[in-house]
This record gives sequence, C-alpha cells and structure tokens, in this order.
Amino acid sequence: MSNPKTLYDKIWDAHLVHEEADGTSLLYIDRHLVHEVTSPQAFEGLRMAGRKVRAPEKTVAVPDHNVPTSLDRAKGIDDEMSRIQVEALEKNAKDFGITYYGVDDVRQGIVHIIGPELGWTLPGMTIVCGDSHTATHGAFGALAHGIGTSEVEHVLATQTLIQKKSKNMKAQINGALSEYVTAKDITLSIIGATGTAGGTGHVIEYMGEAIEALSMEGRMTVCNMAIEGGARAGLIAPDQKTFDYVMGREHAPKGAAYEAAVAYWKTLFTDDGAHFDKEIILHADDIAPVVTWGTSPEDVLPITATVPAASDFEGGKVDAAARSLDYMGLKPGTRLQDVAIDTVFIGSCTNGRIEDLREVAKVMEGRKVKDGIRAMIVPGSGLVRAQAEDEGIAQKLQEAGFDWRMAGCSMCLGMNPDQLKPGERCASTSNRNFEGRQGRGGRTHLLSPAMAAAAAITGRLTDVRDL
Amino acid sequence: MDKFTKLSGVAAPMPLVNIDTDMIIPKQFLKTIKRSGLGANLFDEMRFNQDGSEIPEFVLNQPAYREAKILVAGDNFGCGSSREHAPWALADFGIRCVISTSFADIFFNNCFKNGILPIVLPQEEVDKLMDDAQRGANAVVSVDLESQTITGPDGGEISFDVDPFKKDCLLNGLDDIGLTMKKAEAIDTFEARYEAQAPWA
Ligand code: SF4
Repeated sequence: MSNPKTLYDKIWDAHLVHEEADGTSLLYIDRHLVHEVTSPQAFEGLRMAGRKVRAPEKTVAVPDHNVPTSLDRAKGIDDEMSRIQVEALEKNAKDFGITYYGVDDVRQGIVHIIGPELGWTLPGMTIVCGDSHTATHGAFGALAHGIGTSEVEHVLATQTLIQKKSKNMKAQINGALSEYVTAKDITLSIIGATGTAGGTGHVIEYMGEAIEALSMEGRMTVCNMAIEGGARAGLIAPDQKTFDYVMGREHAPKGAAYEAAVAYWKTLFTDDGAHFDKEIILHADDIAPVVTWGTSPEDVLPITATVPAASDFEGGKVDAAARSLDYMGLKPGTRLQDVAIDTVFIGSCTNGRIEDLREVAKVMEGRKVKDGIRAMIVPGSGLVRAQAEDEGIAQKLQEAGFDWRMAGCSMCLGMNPDQLKPGERCASTSNRNFEGRQGRGGRTHLLSPAMAAAAAITGRLTDVRDL
Repeated sequence: MDKFTKLSGVAAPMPLVNIDTDMIIPKQFLKTIKRSGLGANLFDEMRFNQDGSEIPEFVLNQPAYREAKILVAGDNFGCGSSREHAPWALADFGIRCVISTSFADIFFNNCFKNGILPIVLPQEEVDKLMDDAQRGANAVVSVDLESQTITGPDGGEISFDVDPFKKDCLLNGLDDIGLTMKKAEAIDTFEARYEAQAPWA
C-alpha cells in the first residue's frame, strides 16, 4: 500500500474541516454527550454571547454524577447544590433543544454507558464529552475525546473542536486470557507497564487476539481506562461483533442505511505497514487478576503479590509511593490477599454493564456476601438494570446480600450520597484510586467485577481463582 | 479570556508526581454552576483538615508561598479527570503558570483556555527551578511569554517551547469560539459533503 494509515489517521482525515500550516486543526464532531457537572458554565457562556447550539440533534444530555441511586430517588435530590446542577442541565437541554434523559426515564444512566446502548455511539465517529472517560466509546472504532468545559462550549457553538493530531501508539495483547482474567486486568496491566503518563500525547489502538476475543462490553472496559494511561483516546477496530452490537439500537441506522454504514465501517482498520510512534506488546499468559495497592492506577500488582516498599521505586515515585502507602494504611511486605476490606462497589462506566453483572453473578453462585461487608451494585444504566432483572441476576445478587441500586456514577466518585468514610477500604470496579476519590480519607483498590465479588465473599482482597 | 504576557511572582515547589485534578479540586466543589470562587478550595484536602483548619506543612499555607503565582510541580501534573474546575481554581487562587516535566493532555489544554501558562521543561531544568522554589519568599521567578523565557531568582535564563497558536491566543486573550465562528463557511461546506457521505452520522 502506498500510504498506509492507522485507524486513528483514517477517522481523523474523515473529520478534518480545516488545517493551519502549524497543524492546528478543526475537527468535525459527530456526537456530543453532555452531563450536569461539566456543562453549566458552557451553556452560560453560550447565553452570554447570544449563541445557539449548532447541532442539537447531535447532542445528548443526561445527569449521572450527582443523581442519588437509592430506590426512592424520584422524590428528588436532598443536596441543594446537586439538585441545582441537575435542574440546570434539564433546563439547558430544553432551552437549546437537546435530547435529555431524566432520572425517571429507564434510559438514564452513566453517559458512557447510554451512548453505546442507545446507538448514539457508532463506528468511525468523532465523539466528545466533558468527561475524561469518553475514551470508552473508542471500543467501537470511534475517536472519542474527553474535553474541558471551554471546549464543551466550543463544540456546542460550532460542532467542531480545535485539535492538534496526537501520536499513534499500539497496545497489542497476544494470546488468550485464562479463566477469570478479564478486560479490566488487561487495561490495568497495560497502565502498570506504561505508567499513568505512558500514553500522554498519544491515541492508543488496542489490538491482538486477546482484544479481538473480548465482547463489546470488555472492549469498552479496556478503552475506558486509556485515559488512566494518559492517552488522549483509546481505539479498537470495529468488526462483526461491533456491527452486531450496533444493529437495531434506537439511534443506529436501520435497513439500507445500516448496510451502507457497515460497508464503510469495514474500511476502518489500520493498514499493514502503518506507522506507530510507540508500541507495547503483552502476552495474555502474563496477565493475572490484578489489584491496585496505591493511589495511582499505575500502582498495579497481581493479586498474588505483596505490598511494595517506597524504596522499590525510583525518582519522584519514591515519595509518591511513601505517601500512597501511608494514605492506604498498608505495610510493605503484606500479602495483598491479607488486606481486609469494608465495602465492595460494583458499577461505574468501567464495569457497570450487563456482562459485568453476569460475571459477578457467576462468582456468587451458591455463595454469600460476608457478614458486615457493605456490598453495593449500581448498574450503569436503567436499561442494564432492567436487563439484569429480566435475566434473574438482580434477584440472585440481592439474595446473596448485595444492595441493588438505581443507575448512576455513584461511589465511583461520590458526588452523590454514596461515599466512603475516612479510613474505609473499598474493593471497587471503578477506574480511579486517587486520594479521596470515593470519599475523603477513603481507600480504594481497583479490580475486576469477578475479583470484587470474590472480595465480597471473603471480606478481603482475594484471588478469584482460589475460591 | 484573560491575557498572559509577563508574570513575576513567588514560585511554590510541589515535587509530588502525578498530582491529579481530584487533588487540585476535590469533587465536592464541582457542584457549582459558576467558574469563580474556587480558589478558596484549591488543593482542599491537602490544604485543610476536616474541621477547616489549615495544615501548616502544606506549601501554600506557608507564609512564603501564600501569594505564589507559579507552581513548580512533579511529573504528569493534572492527570485524571477532565474537570476545568482545576484551572479555574488555580487561576482564582492566583496561580497563572505551572512548570513541570509533563502534563496530562486535557488539563494542559484547559489551562490555555483560562489564561494559565503550563510550561514543559526537561528534568534538569525543572530540578533547578524546584531548588530555586525551595528558597521561600526569595523564590521570585519571572516568565515572559513573548520571548519564551523564564528568569530564575539568580538571573539565570531558561527558554521554553510553546505551541504558536496557543501562544497567540494567550498573548492576545483571544476567544477560540469567536475564531472558529469565522470559519463557519468551511464548517458548512464540510457538513454538506459529510452528510452525503455518512448520512447515518
Ligand atoms: S462512572 Fe465514574 S469515571 Fe465514569 S463518568 Fe461517572 S464518575 Fe466518571
């Protein structure tokens, strides 16, 4: 091939409106997802400048961060600031003619879960949202960026984004995963290998047998955490699984339009010989179920390992590790499997999809949540919740001792009442273990849904393979 | 947008690596629907005890650094959440320049939209400025965007790179949206062509 292109190059070229001599480019945006936390100032800016939303039909709004996940949430939000923020989104959506899914709509959920679920997310698109985990949508072979609020305003007003092209990075996972090693373990292991700045300035394309073998849900889990590796976006080339997933969804093309779209989507892959600026290759055999021990997603170890010492690191990481160990209340040399937990959180845009709940149900089969452990499941959307109820999973999980909640971000960041107390330790399927992320002083261990279920059963971090 | 031309002020050292935007402005302050007033809660959980009293060891609570205008920080500053509340909080506190070996992409972009200049320098130069910053009230550093130079407390000069488009926007306080609106015709043309090509989008 004369000019081989990566998948990223192809999507970029298809959306390039204008390019300056210095490479500063105007990129056309196909979908703009909006949530309540990062948008009020953008709408305010539009109003002040007397501007409209250029393409309201390409813009979708949903409240997710602040919404309570208790069963009685229809009665409203107690916290005044949260309530104002959610009301502001609803009003902005109405005033500017944008599709809005309120908490009384079964389609409400975490923005990155409902986009794909409702067919707003399609292969080959450019997708943005004022949220770093927009990378999730890359699982469909869509170029999906997290943006700041000023950029949200820019996209609302112009349906474009000013960008410079990132570099290409390839993350290839060869071989097949063993049982109970999941997409979450892949994505955490990559971050463990590259560090949280390893992908900075790059768009990562994930490929290889282990990625191809993943379901769409698993692929979303992998791309979701591209940002934790510092990347601008994560991508996976669309294939038959992608086309099948998309087919028939509410906002996906139907009939002849679908066929035409698939014909185009089939051209979306990296050509042989295309150039990558950076590469990482892992073998699936080397990936074990992992957990994090520190306060950065790069602080990853196999569950069979022991807590490291600050002196095991170099440079600025020595102080950071010492601070993490202190914050996490962990002693070097402790077996990770001996670390007792108080809370289990299953949910978030990383692991709040139906497949994740099925995985939890599988591990819980014939087992119970240990007495004294607070274990909550927060489905990623109302539709995921309804599906789990239809499949009988919800009932089983409740019988096993889980608290079965309404959809939202919940304890992934605790902007709503679902929070950790100081010193509480949580096995969490979310994506960030930063200090205070799940509540001030709270301690987070990131892991897969299967591993979270195992921790719920034993009350400590546990190798799910040993159950 | 606020212009950025020259800045002279105390530089505060924050050698910690991977300072994330959750640290810069914790989630409980994201419930605002305004951009202003976030400086009071900048680095809230590192800066204040739960009862609201100051943690004296935290750098911005030390007398020499209370008026700092510049941060010299460890690698990968601003990683994590895309919240623009992070640069809003920094700017509201009075910090208009952050110097590090690397920044997370979204935070880096967000800075420019808010009159904050993030500067990337090689490790040795960040180390040197970190040493300078440790000298408390004597740690006055000057940054000149036009000439792309930093002058340390001892008069030593360091030059830095900056994207020409972003530099121009900062120097002139230009509003991106206004600039893009001038290209409305190009967007219309693109849309018409694209609609024919990818009607499902
Ligand atoms: S689930 Fe967590 S990471 Fe995902 S959008 Fe919500 S707060 Fe952000």
